[in-house]
Amino acid sequence: MTIISNKPDLSGVDTPADAAAASGSTANGSPADASPAKPGTAAKRRPGALAETGSPLLRPPAAAHLSDEQVAELGRELDAIKDDILAKRGSSDAAYIRRMIKIQRALEISGRAALLISKNKPAWIAGTTLLSFAKILENMELGHNILHGQWDWMRDPDIHSTTWEWDFVTPARSWQHTHNDLHHRWTNVVGKDNDVGYNLLRMDPQQEWKPFNLGNPLYNALLAPVFEWGIAIYDLELVDYQEGRKSKEALTKDLKALGRKALKQFTKDYAATPAVAMLTGSGKQALYGTLTANAVRNVWAHAVIFCGHFPEGTDTFTEEMVEGETRGDWYVRQMIGSANISGSKFMHLMTGNLSHQIEHHLFPDLPSNRYAEVAPKVQEICKRYGLPYTTGPLLKQVGSTWAKVFKLALPSKKA
Amino acid sequence: MIRLRKLARAASLLTTPLAPEDILSLFNPVFSARQLRGVVTRVVPETADSATIFFRPGRGWQAHLAGQWARIGVELDGVRHWRSYSLSAPAGQDPAITVTDMGAVSGALVRGTKPGDVLFLAPPQGDFVLPEHPRPLLMLTAGSGITPVMSMIRTLVPHRPDSDVVLIHTARTAADAIFREELAELADQFPNFRVTHWFTGDRGRLDFASAADLDRLCPDWRQRAAYACGPEEFLNDTEALWEAEALDAPPAPAAQAATLTIERFTTSLAAGAGHDGGLVTFEASDREVEADGDTPLLDVGEDAGVLMPSGCRMGICHSCLIPLRAGHVRDLRTGEVHGEPGQLIQTCVSAAAGPVNLDL
Repeated sequence: MTIISNKPDLSGVDTPADAAAASGSTANGSPADASPAKPGTAAKRRPGALAETGSPLLRPPAAAHLSDEQVAELGRELDAIKDDILAKRGSSDAAYIRRMIKIQRALEISGRAALLISKNKPAWIAGTTLLSFAKILENMELGHNILHGQWDWMRDPDIHSTTWEWDFVTPARSWQHTHNDLHHRWTNVVGKDNDVGYNLLRMDPQQEWKPFNLGNPLYNALLAPVFEWGIAIYDLELVDYQEGRKSKEALTKDLKALGRKALKQFTKDYAATPAVAMLTGSGKQALYGTLTANAVRNVWAHAVIFCGHFPEGTDTFTEEMVEGETRGDWYVRQMIGSANISGSKFMHLMTGNLSHQIEHHLFPDLPSNRYAEVAPKVQEICKRYGLPYTTGPLLKQVGSTWAKVFKLALPSKKA
Repeated sequence: MIRLRKLARAASLLTTPLAPEDILSLFNPVFSARQLRGVVTRVVPETADSATIFFRPGRGWQAHLAGQWARIGVELDGVRHWRSYSLSAPAGQDPAITVTDMGAVSGALVRGTKPGDVLFLAPPQGDFVLPEHPRPLLMLTAGSGITPVMSMIRTLVPHRPDSDVVLIHTARTAADAIFREELAELADQFPNFRVTHWFTGDRGRLDFASAADLDRLCPDWRQRAAYACGPEEFLNDTEALWEAEALDAPPAPAAQAATLTIERFTTSLAAGAGHDGGLVTFEASDREVEADGDTPLLDVGEDAGVLMPSGCRMGICHSCLIPLRAGHVRDLRTGEVHGEPGQLIQTCVSAAAGPVNLDL
């Protein structure tokens, strides 16, 4: 009798075969030259894979001066920038995100602890400030970036796009769909990317003017302090439901998920924390503290996110411009449709490196700590190819988005 | 315990969306809501290229049986790698693994581990364990194959005077023989344990083509329950000898039959040549499809009618991740072939490189 107990993959097989590592080129077969498939698997057009060569029906005006070959070359240059970072990415990046997580958690517990005795005025100020910073860091540098899969390469289930949940009312999974898939794929394509105005504001002259849009500035001002709710409602995709693209079951499921998440968020900030603070007679003050911290985070996130695609200089696109889009054209659209914010290292951190919006849109799953390193190279490429690279200090960019909000409240002048 | 759980649930009201463990991990690295971790307490060098690593596991670990192994996650360059290692500590004591430097991961463990480091763990498992009823035993081990058997010997010999264990361990030289001194001491101290070291550098390989060598080293080997652990070839030879004996021998009652229990080190499927494709198995959906090496697994699955999660289909949104059970995939963007059990695969930009099993 022989009993065999198989122990899988002991150290004899440390490195998986690296057969094709030598070929550095991108191997995405374009739909046109799909290699002959084996019998049984018919060659199939891949809807999402972008061609290496060719051109869209219409190239955006800002890039109209570029030839097909130039756009393809630009694509290869940007691929090379990405490959360079992928080759360098390693333990220092892993240490960075773990340090950020520790800092965020330390801010969170010290802020909440201070709010427990917030009858004392300095404790209220300290607690509210710390908690505001904690929430901003949690949403931007941790949540947004981890949910993008920027840290999936570490294979750490604690820091992974499929397991992470954030301190924000919208459930992570709903947001990943509307943001990672729809917004990042169709960036600024009017009619496809609902981030253009979030179904609430008129943010592009191509969007038809209705009298409702007169309230543009008012809606925007009201949206800022409750921004997380704006995102949560947006992620429900109510317009898709009304127009029959989303089933009732799917909507019910999303509503339930949102309800559960919102209940937990509310319980934490507006019931549990004040309840514990009541032990020191600080219940009311603690409630004001958490309300303030959430509002501060919302106003900040709203400002930063509006600076990503709405300031003067960013372009929007028509569906013609994405029809037949190549990989290079996709890169071009990301660059000319996004805007950066210039500022200090601390400012970049507080925006979750979304101040490097252009780099983030080119490489949404590169770790955020690497965007600053990539930025000068991207800017140089833009200059060489004669493409706009929009950037400016925070106040200027915020001013610019508000100018657009006011301007587009009124109907566009007929040309 | 129940009160603790209630307390944790109450605390989670304040920590949501995190778990209380996530906050406690600021103070003690073994705390995690999602994964079992251990902190290295001691590292003891064994030979020039092997070391024993003792660790204190967090909650969720279960005590191991002598001879079992555990999956250990190690970070290399920030990336988690999982390997299986036999536990060499006796049953009932704090776990330890003895690792021999044979590649990138084991090399990093042997040379780079310090007390205080965090290891990621999966609970012990394996059927290579001591028999339920006392029997005379014969252990045949080669190289690092001694590790699970060491746990058995440490568990049995000092505590069971009625045990009867013979160990034949082969190693290249005396300096390469892990646990050599401790084994000699045990043999001195306990008459119920006998050890023979066979150094292939001096004497050549132990010959299993006939029973002659074994007859000399352990004349009553046919009456013993045998355990073998070592490299592939060593085990194949052992197995062949036992099979040949079984054909000749008259049938014996099960309790005395010459049984052989084997622990293999490697069961890795050889990866295809990278462009070859292979059979893709969707485990939970119970579907198998032949795929070529250029079609993304997402398309392969969709064509086969599997409900595949999907998103951008260009490798940026990570909506299509599926855990890999076995096999290797090729990243269609870079040509890189990769894959480890449990790794999440971006199916929209990965093609099969040899047979692939997916957890979907």
